[in-house]
Amino acid sequence: MSENCDVALAELYEYLDGELTDEARARIERHLLECSPCLEAFDFEAEVRRIIADRCRDQCPDELRRRIQAAIDGNA
Amino acid sequence: MADPANFTRDAMVHMDSLYSAALRMTRNAADAEDLVQETFLRAYRGYGRFEEGTNLRAWLYRILTNTFINSYRAKQRRPQESDLADVEDLYLYRRLGGVETSELGRSAEDQLMDVLTESEVKEAIEALPDKFRLPVLLADIEGFSYKEIAEIVDVPIGTVMSRLHRGRKALQKSLWEFATERRLVPDSSAVAASSREGAADGSQPGMSETSTTGS
Repeated sequence: MSENCDVALAELYEYLDGELTDEARARIERHLLECSPCLEAFDFEAEVRRIIADRCRDQCPDELRRRIQAAIDGNA
Repeated sequence: MADPANFTRDAMVHMDSLYSAALRMTRNAADAEDLVQETFLRAYRGYGRFEEGTNLRAWLYRILTNTFINSYRAKQRRPQESDLADVEDLYLYRRLGGVETSELGRSAEDQLMDVLTESEVKEAIEALPDKFRLPVLLADIEGFSYKEIAEIVDVPIGTVMSRLHRGRKALQKSLWEFATERRLVPDSSAVAASSREGAADGSQPGMSETSTTGS
């Protein structure tokens, strides 16, 4: 595990969160191109994130929607 | 100044995602419905003060979060909610990632789909203490930036980042524990009996805690 791997993994979440500067992001992307273990870890974490988000999509009940709309139409 | 006449058009489209967040916050449908209703009515009444062109979705989440904290959290407060044990980085990856799973003919992604069931993901998120759950919810499910989350929950960005980090690790650990309890990881149908011994404690052969990644 190289120093570059340490740096990349330390910034993994900020990278996935889109919170890095362009420069820091480019540095990580250069590292991922040449380091498949890190690339795999990054892909894995991104996939975990995507699945977790997908699992938490609930539909607002129609009845609640109607109730809120009615309250607003009655000017709350 | 936002025109109240536009409220339905602009705000109501966020109702599904606010309801989903409310469910994770309150942990039950009845309270979530009340919370969403109260949030929308407050938002409607305050809509004249909302600056059009700024982030309506973040504004709605701030009202949702404030309403939750002020009205619901007090009555739901659980004992020992204040903190989380420290968990190693890349918790799931160290157990599910890597080349070993491909020997079973399944990708890590396939295994992940089995491990991360809808009911367990929801349960694991809902089990997080509030101060960790809200940032995780807002970042990972709702996709807000650190800055937006800091404004929504009213804590500094650095605090958002550290809570997110710890909350995510704790979430991964409890998802792993759920899956282990179900004996679904490693996949019990695909793993040959001979390899089950090594797999039973949740470790992957050849995967040490420190050398999983890196060149």
